[in-house]
Amino acid sequence: MSARARAASQGSLEEPDDEVVPYSDDETDDELQSEDDLDRSEDQLPEPETRPPPAAEPGWSVRANDREYCNQPQFKKKSNAIKTYKYNFFTFLPLNLYEQFKRAANLYFLCLLILQIIPQISTLPWYTTLVPLVLVLGITAIKDLVDDLARHRMDKEINNRKCDVLQNGRFVETRWMHLQVGDVVRLKKNDFIPADILLLSSSNPNSLCYVETAELDGETNLKFKMGLKVTDERLQEENQLAQFNALVMCEEPNNRLDKFVGTMIWDAQSYALDLDNMLLRGCKIRNTDECHGLVIFAGNDTKIMRNGGKTRFKRTLIDKLMNYMVYTIFVLLVLICAGLAIGHTYWYESIGSKAWYLYDGLGYTSSYRGFLSFWGYIIILNTMVPISLYVSVEVIRLGQNTPAKARTTTLNEQLGQIEYIFSDKTGTLTQNIMAFKKCDPTSADGVVLDRGKNVDFSWNKYADKKFQFEDNFLISSIRSKKDPQILEFFKLLSLCHTVMVEQKEDELVYQAASPDEGALVTAARNFGFVFLSRTQDTITIMEMDHEETYEVLALLDFNSDRKRMSVILRFPDGKIRLYCKGADTVIYQRLDPNSRNKETTQEALDIFANETLRTLCLCYKDISQGEYEAWSQKHQEASVSMVNREEALDVVYEEIEQNLLLIGATAIEDKLQDGVPETIAKLAKADIKIWVLTGDKKETAENIGYSCQLLTDDMKIHYGEDVNVQLRNRQTQRRNDPQGRSKKLKEKFFTETSKNALIITGGWLNEILYEKKKKRRRLRLKKLRKRHTNSTSAPDSSQPVDDWEKEKRQEDFVDMACECSAVICCRVTPKQKANVVSLVKRYKKAVTLSIGDGANDVNMIKTADIGVGISGQEGMQAVMSSDYAFAQFRYLERLLLVHGRWSYIRMCKFLRYFFYKNFAFTLVHFWFSFFNGFSSQDVNDKLSLRFPKLYLPGQQGTLFNYKNFFISLFHGIFTSLMIFFIPYGAFLQTMGQDGEAPSDYQSFAVVAASSLIITVNLQISLNTSYWTFVNCFAVLGSIAIYFGIMFDIHSAGIHVIFPTTFTFTGAASNALRQPYLWLTIILTVGICLLPVICIQFLYQTIWPSVGDKVQRNRKKYELEDDEEERKKKKPAFQRGGRSRRSAYAFSHSRGYADLIASGRSIRQRPRVRPELRESIREVPQAENI
Amino acid sequence: MKNEGEGSERPDNTAFTQQRLPAWQPILSAGIVIPGFLIIGLAFIGIGIGLFLTSQTIQVLEMDYTGVEKDSPCFRCTIQSSQNCTCDVTFSLSTLFTGPVFFYYGLSNYFQNFRKYGVSKDYYQLTGDTKYFKSPQDVCAPYAYDSKSNPIVPCGAIANSMFNDTFELYQIINGTKKQVPLDGKGISWWTDYNIKYRNPSPVNGSFANAFEGTVKPINWPKAAYELDLTDPYNNGFLNQDFLVWMRRSALPQFRKLYRRITEGDYSAGLPAGNYSLTVHYNYPVLSFDGRKKVVFSNVSWMGGKNDFLGIAYLVVGSLCVVMSVVMLIVYAKFKFSDDDA
Repeated sequence: MSARARAASQGSLEEPDDEVVPYSDDETDDELQSEDDLDRSEDQLPEPETRPPPAAEPGWSVRANDREYCNQPQFKKKSNAIKTYKYNFFTFLPLNLYEQFKRAANLYFLCLLILQIIPQISTLPWYTTLVPLVLVLGITAIKDLVDDLARHRMDKEINNRKCDVLQNGRFVETRWMHLQVGDVVRLKKNDFIPADILLLSSSNPNSLCYVETAELDGETNLKFKMGLKVTDERLQEENQLAQFNALVMCEEPNNRLDKFVGTMIWDAQSYALDLDNMLLRGCKIRNTDECHGLVIFAGNDTKIMRNGGKTRFKRTLIDKLMNYMVYTIFVLLVLICAGLAIGHTYWYESIGSKAWYLYDGLGYTSSYRGFLSFWGYIIILNTMVPISLYVSVEVIRLGQNTPAKARTTTLNEQLGQIEYIFSDKTGTLTQNIMAFKKCDPTSADGVVLDRGKNVDFSWNKYADKKFQFEDNFLISSIRSKKDPQILEFFKLLSLCHTVMVEQKEDELVYQAASPDEGALVTAARNFGFVFLSRTQDTITIMEMDHEETYEVLALLDFNSDRKRMSVILRFPDGKIRLYCKGADTVIYQRLDPNSRNKETTQEALDIFANETLRTLCLCYKDISQGEYEAWSQKHQEASVSMVNREEALDVVYEEIEQNLLLIGATAIEDKLQDGVPETIAKLAKADIKIWVLTGDKKETAENIGYSCQLLTDDMKIHYGEDVNVQLRNRQTQRRNDPQGRSKKLKEKFFTETSKNALIITGGWLNEILYEKKKKRRRLRLKKLRKRHTNSTSAPDSSQPVDDWEKEKRQEDFVDMACECSAVICCRVTPKQKANVVSLVKRYKKAVTLSIGDGANDVNMIKTADIGVGISGQEGMQAVMSSDYAFAQFRYLERLLLVHGRWSYIRMCKFLRYFFYKNFAFTLVHFWFSFFNGFSSQDVNDKLSLRFPKLYLPGQQGTLFNYKNFFISLFHGIFTSLMIFFIPYGAFLQTMGQDGEAPSDYQSFAVVAASSLIITVNLQISLNTSYWTFVNCFAVLGSIAIYFGIMFDIHSAGIHVIFPTTFTFTGAASNALRQPYLWLTIILTVGICLLPVICIQFLYQTIWPSVGDKVQRNRKKYELEDDEEERKKKKPAFQRGGRSRRSAYAFSHSRGYADLIASGRSIRQRPRVRPELRESIREVPQAENI
Repeated sequence: MKNEGEGSERPDNTAFTQQRLPAWQPILSAGIVIPGFLIIGLAFIGIGIGLFLTSQTIQVLEMDYTGVEKDSPCFRCTIQSSQNCTCDVTFSLSTLFTGPVFFYYGLSNYFQNFRKYGVSKDYYQLTGDTKYFKSPQDVCAPYAYDSKSNPIVPCGAIANSMFNDTFELYQIINGTKKQVPLDGKGISWWTDYNIKYRNPSPVNGSFANAFEGTVKPINWPKAAYELDLTDPYNNGFLNQDFLVWMRRSALPQFRKLYRRITEGDYSAGLPAGNYSLTVHYNYPVLSFDGRKKVVFSNVSWMGGKNDFLGIAYLVVGSLCVVMSVVMLIVYAKFKFSDDDA
């Protein structure tokens, strides 16, 4: 019985299996639909995904080498070309415009433009709106265009990849996009698989074919796929393939990577197909020279494309806030305009209509005039709704550079608001490189630790040059062969493993089941014990200087229950010995009481564990011939047993693995990426919570948790069982409390003061969250409920009564997890990763960031507010769907804490300032309205057209929310009041120094506008906390440009050229030569700014923010930093004092029992190791030679 | 291995892109803010005192002559039927009204800043472009054509509503009236007179001919080329009174310069004594509840009399000083907790 099957059978009855990755897919729901005619609406879960509609399977049929058949319209089959771009040459303009006008602001301005064209209403020339609008649309369109071109290029690159397709009896090189369902293709080593293909045959025996599924699920180890026996036997040659005409009937295209069901009908025989026969698009052929396959799903039907999910348009919180504020402003605008229109109506009724000089001969009634003036005001006050805001925001975002590749520029400021980070483990936190770090062959010297310079391995021609080790003493004791214990240690490493070897151009290439194992064998090889070859029942190694062949009597499989593996060998001299390596805990239980060096090894293990290295204990046992034969008998029986074979084998293995003699311990480092612990510590200080979501095993994940200091010894770790109990208690509590439904329980889950951490596996996650509560259970539940709707007779606490309860449970879980300082979810599927992220998003309303490197992280990256892709070893899938991409985890620190914060602050300051400026600017009109009969006159229309954008660069202002929005609003109102009423007071009833009345409209406009410009620019300066010459230039430049342009357009020359456009001739020079007006300007500016400075100062003094303090003490901190730098050479780990915990964390997975049982692949081949399926991994080249 | 990818994606490592420009980080520290407020406050108080004292030295004489009250001299002119009505407003000065004295007329509740009113003029006409004499721009409507579809020059509501009261000022010395010479030169903006407004070139030597085919604004008693027949440089669009009127006021209560009193015996100002102002009352304001007045004023470096700015400066300056003290107290109270940070 396969592991998976077993897990399924255990299912919900028992506790979830920690080892098994749950397939949380929608399997439950789909299948249940066809089984039962339940009302779907009743049955719906709050799950966002749309699923392929349940169809009567098989609904998809493919005939090999028969394109006509496959192109029948009812199948709706697509070509293999993929399309991720949005626009083409013709659709770009309409589509893009459509998209853009979906933005409220753009639409608003379009309406405005239309209003302005109506002459009765128009208060401003139409081009005052058209120009900015066209600019905004243009800039955005260009940005979109560039983005889309990149997608075009990408698509083109992929669509034009080549592979061999069988056409007219011959293999022809064809582009991917021309591939069609039903084609027979030939793939070579290291080719990407172009479509979902049924494996027919390969150059390997039994049509084995190794694939790397990194892009699909993020696992870098090799998987193997196997052709059917019949196709393997009959479809090796080109002409045979050309004759191939089988009909494959299978399920409709779907997104499930873990399931495929189909039937192949060939020569009136039908053969069952499953996922093991399928090569999925996105994988890569490895270690297989050539293979043949039949295209089943192509292009967008492939599982990987189906998995892609819709690319959501991500909006930042600020974006959303900004939108709401724009709506608020709009409402405000309408109110103001309505008020002004009413004012106008009233004014016209009482004054305007009587003023003969205002007679316009139109004969409108007052209320109609009011109505028209409403629209007129909408136009005149349009600056209140900030169109340039969107442009400016875009500009600010574009102008920012981060030390990484920002794939979207719209999210920058959100980087400063992250509360949760969801991280992948492999490739993100770790490099996925295992390094043999330390060993402890318990020789007389005891613990061997690294000291001094690297060992010179040049004496060993097989040595891997990448391998580094720093103990020359160890080498010399090996070379002198003085210490048999050390020799035995490395001999074990070279013999007891399941690595396969390949001779490649004089180089040995190891294919290891796990990176750990590869590292161990490579280490042994460097120390002179070179694993050379393996046949079905022999292993040949090079022992220092001579080859030695050992007969393998038995290979005692590794699995995660046993946590050890053994090999029983017959030595050339006839001696039978068992070598065993495994977790310290299991090994120590099985040691011979007389075994030496238990204590010293234990000590070494403690040290290794403290350094969060992954450890294994090595031991051996001599077996007499008789003993072996007796055991062998049992072994034989167990291995052919039909029921519970695995359990039976386990028992037999257990029998022989007793009374072992300890040789030593190894330590392997799962290399963290540079700076990971530091980064995590820094992020933790910034109150950013880090959750690790990984498909790895619990032990490995926990180990990594410790090594990157996410978990510390003072933390209390809670596992799935614990969590479940807690949550159940909470639920019972809620059920017992009749009012509990409405109110939220506030008390904490963990009452202890110590820090908490949560480690939970995918299985438990499902259990806890009632996901995958299996169709049957839900069905039963439903039927139960139907029968007696009101029966509340003690429902099983492990099941939700209804969706509400389920939701509560999820909320509880999130609450609980958020109480923990670290959360690690292991053995989770990509979908679960995304679910966890969305849970936090939903219940915590927090800004989330996901970081990952593999295709299995794609979902999570897309779900989070911000997705970060690591451009690492696992392909570019994650990068493609991310918002930011960089090479290493540690850059996250700078991205968030430095650039994120900066951009957030910058954006907030900018927005605040922008609203302030807008209000100040616009509301001056408003006040003016009270004095001009509500007839909408622009204070200075020519300037307004030119100015809003001039002072945008280099702007900075404070955190931004609704409160601050209203503060800005009031600040703006205040400023506008001052800017209007100070000149008003100063102008009323006065005249210029030469006796001419200065209180003419144009002088007034000049004074008010100058005050405004100076005020807002100085306001920026006040908000600028970081002055560079750019800022200085921008601020001073703005003022200078303002005066320059003002004098320019008020000059004589320009009036002569355009008499109607530039009517302010002489206004500036006339006004600004009067000291009185300057004094007015100074007073206005002073009144606008001084209170702000005063309030800011008082605020900073009374309630200083962290930032203020830091800024104030900047010098001091910088000094401290320098000192710290000097002190930095401190050891990172304290020895001792830590609780003992097993550092066992081997990345092995369970063996592939099905394959062993079938025996097919093993018989022919010189002994393929039993656990191929899930765990073959090609050791990266760098590690080998 | 991983470093390959890193290199290619590295952004330009310039000071600008990495946001490492040399910078000055000003902080609102107590050492700057408190003395700053004090200094600004004192400076403002100084300016305020200066402004206020200057404002106090300025003499202003303002007289409403609308004639609302029955006993006011111009009441009879407010009666509809009266044409070419003249009224005398008398006043006396107890001291010398120091010169140069400026003579303004003022209107209130008059919305020269009304938007439609404000745009109702044709700049092309006003720059002497005769092409637009025949076809005034639409913005002038309904003052672009008269009822017989003759184009109006200058068109538009502003020109049409030009202020047309005239004044004569007499000093009454021993019962005889001595006319005070009023100087109407250069009362408009230099730029308006010299740049912004242009008369059309004379046709066949006659200025009036240039206006052929056009009619005067409806409310005008005479055509634009007849505004001042004595002085060709003060005629047409360059008439000083016309220019003053065309410069619209910002507020519904405004003054416009009418004449200067700078000549002859009055160059030093108006001596103490009795005066009579003869008003040629033409301009109707009562229909919209407006008021008309005349204002005599002299000016200082800060212009006309206005206490507002001086007082505002004094208030703001005092507040600054007060705030600097408040901030000092607050700072003294909180700085210690701040130091712990």
